[in-house]
Amino acid sequence: MKPRIGVLALQGGFAAHGAILSRLGVHVDEVRTPGQLADVDALVMPGGESTTMSMLLERSGLLEPLAERLSAGMGVLGTCAGMILLAREVVDGRADQHALGLVDITVRRNAYGTQIESFEADIDVHGLDSPFHAVFIRAPVVERTGPGVEVLARHEDRAVLCRAGQATVAAFHPELSGDERLHARFLADL
Amino acid sequence: MRQAPPPAAPKMAPMSANTETSAARATAGQSRPATGTTLVKRGLAEMLKGGVIMDVVTPEQARIAEDAGAVSVMALERVPADIRADGGVSRMSDPEMIQGVQAAVSIPVMAKARIGHFAEAQILQALGVDYVDESEVLTPADEVHHIDKWAFTVPFVCGATNLGEALRRIGEGACMIRSKGEAGTGNIVEAVRHLRSIVGDIRRIGAAGDEAELFEWAKQLRAPLPLVQEIADTGVLPVPLFCAGGIATPADASLVMQLGAEAVFVGSGIFKSSDPPKMAAAIVEAATHYRDPDILAKISAGLGRAMAGLETSALTTKMAERGW
Repeated sequence: MKPRIGVLALQGGFAAHGAILSRLGVHVDEVRTPGQLADVDALVMPGGESTTMSMLLERSGLLEPLAERLSAGMGVLGTCAGMILLAREVVDGRADQHALGLVDITVRRNAYGTQIESFEADIDVHGLDSPFHAVFIRAPVVERTGPGVEVLARHEDRAVLCRAGQATVAAFHPELSGDERLHARFLADL
Repeated sequence: MRQAPPPAAPKMAPMSANTETSAARATAGQSRPATGTTLVKRGLAEMLKGGVIMDVVTPEQARIAEDAGAVSVMALERVPADIRADGGVSRMSDPEMIQGVQAAVSIPVMAKARIGHFAEAQILQALGVDYVDESEVLTPADEVHHIDKWAFTVPFVCGATNLGEALRRIGEGACMIRSKGEAGTGNIVEAVRHLRSIVGDIRRIGAAGDEAELFEWAKQLRAPLPLVQEIADTGVLPVPLFCAGGIATPADASLVMQLGAEAVFVGSGIFKSSDPPKMAAAIVEAATHYRDPDILAKISAGLGRAMAGLETSALTTKMAERGW
């Protein structure tokens, strides 16, 4: 049976992730409530505003059930804000911002500056035979990776794609450049 | 400074590489970053979807907005309701005020330039704002021309009352469209009219029988033909479609999002209500749960008084009529 893939749809780039996953032939559910989370086998946490998503996770009653599913080993792909929410430690966040702590990394929010510093660039990803075109929007920077964290791609010596157990996190937006390979790999690893 | 018009991109246009970025890539080598591309500009709008962008006039209000879960704030000197009440010429905000807001919050900061006032837009770009709103809420600076938005690194949002206006703005380089509504009224009726017009025409173009009908659509809408053809192929606007002008309650946010808006701008509706932090947080939740009446019933309860509204037929100034 095909796994049911959830896309956290509290806010942000959930529609773009949903479009790519649908093209790859999987069933996609938007997740906004604990009941919807319980119905999916794996989750994509999209980009958007991490402070907004953090508050909405709490107000929607999703924070605890999500933390439980993650610690029980649910597959998860976090991009940009999703990476920030999954990190062990967040620098330059709000004091009340939740860090789910699943991936042992330290990330700095908006580390490149404002939108006029946002950029796109080709990066080499471990295991892909040609460069991946990556879009960085007010992107976070990974300042530290812990011992259990595998770095799959770097841009200008900074880790931008990491894997730890069932979690994959990206500082960029693989859902924006039309390249399906990272989503396909996420599905294959489930 | 003329640049290429936007390419006709395949489905899910904001997510697709385009000629501008391909060209940048060809000259940039493997990993040299390219800034200010269409993909990067539209990408930020993509990240604001499902969110609420709030008008603020002080750093304190910006903090209240961020505390309530706003995805972005629009820094301006007066909210539209006060611009309407005060009269006079309304201009770009004082850079000191904008910098104060930038220092107060970590979410993206937008600011408004007058229609056609490219010098104000240049100043806003120099300040490092995250999005420029070429806005009918301010007094227009040019009664014929809008800003050439391709010439900027910073992305632009523009208002539209119908699809033709939206496509002319996209042709000029806008990377996000907001339906205009009638700002500062707290009356949703104009926003609904504009959204239904835009979304309805997108649907009707999708049902066009042949190319000849698309030529006629472009002529009727006074819109660039390649953008009309793109809509016929994809069934969606080439850039994200948000809604502004008249949203005053969580139910208003739900209404316009069910009609097809992908995020909402709330101007006077927050800080002209009796309990701004509560109203702001409720509208943020409504933008997420806009299709769930049970949740909307809970978050709509006990919010105090919404802003006092205005009957739009009694207005002497219709801001939505500004823009050409």
